[in-house]
Amino acid sequence: MTARTASEIAAGVRSGTLAAAEVLEQHLDRIAAREGEVHAFNLVMTDQARRDAAAVDAAVAAGHDPGPLAGVPLALKDNMCTRGIETTCSSKILEGWKPPYDATVVTRLAAAGAVVVGKTNLDEFAMGSSTENSAFGPTRNPLDITRVPGGSSGGSAAAVAAGFASVSLGSDTGGSIRQPAALCGVVGVKPTYGYVSRYGLVAFASSLDQIGPFTNTVHDAALLLDVIGGHDPMDSTSIPDQHPSLLDAIRRDVVGLRVGRITDLPDGADPDVTERLEAAFDALREAGAKIVDVQVPAFGYGLTAYYLIAPSEASSNLARYDGVRYGLRVERPDTNAMYSATRAAGFGDEVKRRIMLGTYALSAGYYDAYYGKALKVRRLIADDFDRAYEHADVLLTPTAPTVAFPFGSKTDNPLAMYLCDVYTIPTNLAGHPGMSVPFGTGQHGLPVGVQVLAATLGEPTMFRAAAALERAMS
Amino acid sequence: MIYTAGPATGNEILIDGWELVVGLEVHVELATATKLFSASANRFGDDPNTNIDPVTLGLPGALPVLNRHAVELAMRIGTALNCTIQRSTFHRKNYFYPDMPKAYQISQYDQPLNVDGFLALPDATLIGIERAHLEEDTGKSTHVGGNGGRIHGSTYSLIDFNRAGVPLVEIVSRPDLRTSEQARQYVTELRGILIAIGASDAKMEEGSMRCDANVSVHRPGEPFGTRCEIKNVNSIRSLGRAIEYEARRQIDMIEAGETVRQETRHWDETDSRTHTLRVKEDADDYRYFLEPDLVPLAPSAEWIKAIADAMPMLPGARRARLGVATGFPADGEAIMVVVERGQDDYVLAVGAAGGDVGRALVHVKEAFAEASATPKLPAGDLAALTTLEVAGLLTATQAKTVLAEIVAAGGGDATAIARARGFEAMDTSALEAMVDQVIADNGPAWAKYRNGEDKALGALVGAAMKASNGKADGKFVTALLQSKRT
Amino acid sequence: MKVAKLARLDLAPDAIERTTAQLAGMLEHFADIDALDLDTVQPMTQPYPLQNVFRDDVVVNGLDRDEVLAAAPASEDGRFRVPPILGLDS
Ligand SMILES: [Mg+2]
Ligand SMILES: [Zn+2]
Repeated sequence: MTARTASEIAAGVRSGTLAAAEVLEQHLDRIAAREGEVHAFNLVMTDQARRDAAAVDAAVAAGHDPGPLAGVPLALKDNMCTRGIETTCSSKILEGWKPPYDATVVTRLAAAGAVVVGKTNLDEFAMGSSTENSAFGPTRNPLDITRVPGGSSGGSAAAVAAGFASVSLGSDTGGSIRQPAALCGVVGVKPTYGYVSRYGLVAFASSLDQIGPFTNTVHDAALLLDVIGGHDPMDSTSIPDQHPSLLDAIRRDVVGLRVGRITDLPDGADPDVTERLEAAFDALREAGAKIVDVQVPAFGYGLTAYYLIAPSEASSNLARYDGVRYGLRVERPDTNAMYSATRAAGFGDEVKRRIMLGTYALSAGYYDAYYGKALKVRRLIADDFDRAYEHADVLLTPTAPTVAFPFGSKTDNPLAMYLCDVYTIPTNLAGHPGMSVPFGTGQHGLPVGVQVLAATLGEPTMFRAAAALERAMS
Repeated sequence: MIYTAGPATGNEILIDGWELVVGLEVHVELATATKLFSASANRFGDDPNTNIDPVTLGLPGALPVLNRHAVELAMRIGTALNCTIQRSTFHRKNYFYPDMPKAYQISQYDQPLNVDGFLALPDATLIGIERAHLEEDTGKSTHVGGNGGRIHGSTYSLIDFNRAGVPLVEIVSRPDLRTSEQARQYVTELRGILIAIGASDAKMEEGSMRCDANVSVHRPGEPFGTRCEIKNVNSIRSLGRAIEYEARRQIDMIEAGETVRQETRHWDETDSRTHTLRVKEDADDYRYFLEPDLVPLAPSAEWIKAIADAMPMLPGARRARLGVATGFPADGEAIMVVVERGQDDYVLAVGAAGGDVGRALVHVKEAFAEASATPKLPAGDLAALTTLEVAGLLTATQAKTVLAEIVAAGGGDATAIARARGFEAMDTSALEAMVDQVIADNGPAWAKYRNGEDKALGALVGAAMKASNGKADGKFVTALLQSKRT
Repeated sequence: MKVAKLARLDLAPDAIERTTAQLAGMLEHFADIDALDLDTVQPMTQPYPLQNVFRDDVVVNGLDRDEVLAAAPASEDGRFRVPPILGLDS
């Protein structure tokens, strides 16, 4: 299964040497062959995808350029609104809901000629690290179907890893793109907060959520991010500046680049993972980069800050699922009882747990001890990173502490599951970009990802380092 | 003018020895084209749920973006209320209610846009303004079944989200009001200001201005009593009645040895009472936190100055101006009414056209109750009429008749109309001769008047009016008599 | 449990018990930040410092009522229908 890259597909389709329809059918064939066991999708949009691919081919035939993603089969995490097409967040409370509007990224993808093949499975409302928390059943890791794909964007990671789509979009609140990318052996990027519009992304934790790509190559990730990134007036937190082209950035080498090693990084990563991290440092050194030691003392407090801030925001964001305007309603004789019954029936255990945690952390008398304190820790972490970036252009860490783990191995212990994101979370808190690049394999021949981190709007530098790692592996 | 503390309290405003303390929270809907955070129309009276969009309905994935014009109107309010306009932020106030689409209201919490201002009542009493902050309105629930649209006993409710997201400014006064009349004056004055600056149409009957009153009573010199918040007051008249009722209720309770509970009460127009809506308890846990979907609002000094420079003259200043021009008291009925109607510029225009502003004020107050800010009558025509009056060529009654005719025709020559009606006024020398005759005929009264008994003047004026068969102008006659006294 | 009530989650007694225990465990773990001296630290509320983001006051056609109400659990007369509103604060 040698999937062509998105860059190759788009180039072929735009030049007329490759038919979008043909590319799509190859991907639909792979879906037909393996989706049953992988369960990457909540919805495969066969008919619409065929219409869209035909339209791309017709445009090319008519002498028009369908755009930089012409004919690229793409999968969307099922928490991005698609007009008239079910958007469920893998929750019973939104089952069957068809948004009356498109997310900004969806509009931009369509304008760039991408062909959406389906909506991918996730941990309910993006809360989880294994995609086991989906109300519609888990997604399996295409590399070993006894293991999780990671999460929460497990369906999007699996879709690319299985060749169901050339590229996909996920959302990353505490690692939900980078961690599944690592576990599925693909590239995954969490951009700077505000780099990609959140309009139409169903909110989990608004101050942390970012949309980003899953791809087979760093080049494809740059291509996709160049399309979906940039200012959107519909999102007040969208950064107004024009972003430099990442496709340009990855042409540069890493000679002289300062690559930071966090000497006080919390341990807990498996030896096979740390071994690959060391190899990554070596590879960048060989490519001309300089390895420097830095400290990020508050890094280890990220988990706590995150698990107070994200559930707090989530408890408010998810309060709108009340059975009044859309989604599930469980009838009761009065509105208040209807609310409680609807929400109890519509949300899964993990979502309820986080709503309760967040409600508690924000409630009168506890705000200062929990939410308020977490915001201060968030500041410490951001400040620590800023100091580290005075000495280093990028930082390297493991993406996840382990390779893909078997189903059920962490479901009984929420804290153990939360630890999957120990290396990814601090970046979300700081609002910085981070990406996971596949860098060889560990135990059981399963992929290991290396995480490249950069300062705010440090995407060009981060992509340069990632491209160098990728070159070192080829 | 600098607002310092609450107004001085005097015994004349005590109720059976109890002092009343009122603070008002007034919500006004801003006169924008669109909602506070989205582009659907802000329009009253449309078909239900026709002004909706993803943000208004709180659809998953929708995000708020702040309406610049709403901010500008809020800044105008802050400027008009002498507030400091400051860097501000938005919070989420979390609570469940079916007309609240996101289950949180976006409002300003610890950093409101406008703080620390004051409003001057017509009698120059200053009422402190604690804050005037931006927030979004809720939708509207209609209760079906049960007893006449009430929530209790209804079988179900219907929700219209047209109003959801409409920009509001909540104006919170300090507890500086001491009588129900002051509360009425405050709201009336505030309404006049809001209309003058174009911030809101401020219609209490349509709900674009809504008023909650915090009421407590205490013995002078003692700490404030426990307050109750009264909601659902739908007119300025009801506001006064509700406050009076509530003050009485609290006084009666305390005097009967009971304690006033802090609670939210509901004014019921049908039985003219307040009723318990809910008792304040710790269930009121709004879990405020900074709205992560919005960024801070920090108006620049230039923006604040531009707003201040563009401020129109406010009602208080307009009343003062008219008072100076006419010699009438600035907080007297005539000036209050004319300025409230926005007809003061017209009155001054009559003066500029050579007319008498005092007479113009009275005519405008009486003849143009239905008219818009600028009566459809050339200011010069009214000026000519007042000139005839001043010259004693028309009596007040005759002037009214002539004016009615001019108004009906949309303009006209007062002299010609007076002549056509046979209002041949007496000329000044004839009038003077007549007044001399009256003095001669009323020796005792004249003597009293000369000795300083002002009351005697009335009888002399009356005699002169009678002698002229009502054609003389009373004011002119009075002036003549006064001038002859010395 | 007060929190479940505040969050409008109708949980069975055993679920409340289990969740309470889990939350207690987490909060115990989250006590690690109590060791930090945060007195002088300003809370971080925004990942990227922007201010004064506005839109113009121009009407854009919104959503179609029929389409929206068709997706609602219950509606009547162009409005969303809910059971009687009891026990809620207004
Ligand atoms: Mg209030
Ligand atoms: Zn309010």
